[in-house]
Amino acid sequence: MNETWIEVCGIGEIEKADLIRFDHDGRTFAIYRTDDDRYYATDGLCTHANVHLSGGFVMDHIIECPKHNGRFDFTTGQAKGAPACVDLKTYPVKVEAGKVFLNSGLPGDQF
Amino acid sequence: MRVEITGRDYSLIGRDTKLAEERGLANAEWYSCKISRQRLKELMQRRDGPAIRDTLIWFAALIIAGTLGYLTWGTWWTAPCFIVYGVIYGSSSDSRWHESLHRTAFKTVWMNDALYEIASFMVFRESVPWRWSHTRHHTDTIIVGRDPEIAVPRPPDLVALALSFFSLQRVPKEFVKMVRHCFGQLTTEEKTYIPDEERHKVYRNARIYILIYAVVIAWAIVIHSILPLMYIGLPVFYGAWLMIIFGLTQHAGLAEDVLDHRLNCRTVYMNPVFRFLYWEMNYHIEHHMFPMVPYHALGKLHQELKAEMPKTYDGLWEAYREIIPTTLRQVKEPTYFVRRQLPSTAQPLPSLAPV
Repeated sequence: MNETWIEVCGIGEIEKADLIRFDHDGRTFAIYRTDDDRYYATDGLCTHANVHLSGGFVMDHIIECPKHNGRFDFTTGQAKGAPACVDLKTYPVKVEAGKVFLNSGLPGDQF
Repeated sequence: MRVEITGRDYSLIGRDTKLAEERGLANAEWYSCKISRQRLKELMQRRDGPAIRDTLIWFAALIIAGTLGYLTWGTWWTAPCFIVYGVIYGSSSDSRWHESLHRTAFKTVWMNDALYEIASFMVFRESVPWRWSHTRHHTDTIIVGRDPEIAVPRPPDLVALALSFFSLQRVPKEFVKMVRHCFGQLTTEEKTYIPDEERHKVYRNARIYILIYAVVIAWAIVIHSILPLMYIGLPVFYGAWLMIIFGLTQHAGLAEDVLDHRLNCRTVYMNPVFRFLYWEMNYHIEHHMFPMVPYHALGKLHQELKAEMPKTYDGLWEAYREIIPTTLRQVKEPTYFVRRQLPSTAQPLPSLAPV
């Protein structure tokens, strides 16, 4: 993992127990905020049917896909049962100076 | 493979499958009515309470009807008891199957999965293949060549439709598939939507189903009575009629190959008893558009989206006043379908218009 971070948004721009879509450099991510103010990031598309998870529903650490109700643990990316069978890729997230940053692991990402 | 005189091929491995992919209808983006994220989140909230209450009432009604059927066996009084038992077992199990499949009925996952396995067995649908079939139905609703759950292909087969009220074609076909699954085989079509990692579960569950039916049949033979089969097995035939009456309202006669659920689904107002038996699936446009919303919140979702929806059918009678003549007309005129009128403020995207 390289050490470059991408600024995603201010911490207040994601509601508690919710997520937003974040597109960067031709890729799409889902950025999550839990009820207790922790932030996580995964790939933005469901591994089952290429649906954006940003329209989905957050329950504790679970994101439910809006199209087929496939579920993933967004803290680990683990698929939690059919039709979600393939895990989501997760990415490091950090919060600094009131902003959320994502490390997508690709070279060239910039602050 | 079946090719109809309309030129439509409803199989999942035929010409219309390729056509749907070429036209961008497979796994496509669907029209969605506007609703605030905040309100949608409120409506998506899961609860255990309503489904626990409804499931207890449902099983209690099943047990009471079954017990009365046993006590009155050999008299005419047994008929109404088994009519009620059959409807709960063979029809209402369809809606329980459906809601627990989506895992929205209960908040607790294992409760959804337990009810799903029980209801799948009751409605004679193997739980794993039908989970994947229904997933495809939601991906490609009434897209010819992609949706495995098109109940009334055009032109309609009226004999098959009549037989469906007592599952006289469906259950034998499902039984043949079940036997194939016992021997570790899937059909070519099933292979298009059941992933490799799920297939061992298909074979395992099919063996369990067959074993249960073998035990019940053996029991009936030993005691020289069909009574055991009146409880397990036969209700999928004699109790299926209400499932079909409800189920045909969902899509029959409406547009094929459109990417707007308002044009290929029906929302029908129903009385509280029907809504209990059908678990609110009468709000079918809303369900397809936002499948994360649990059944007990669909009425509220309907109120939120009403202004963007075509006119809601005022009961089964109004729905069937459209479905019956449309189906009869489609026998001779397979390209005919009902074009739902949308409010002027909610036109579908031009590219999503019916073809």
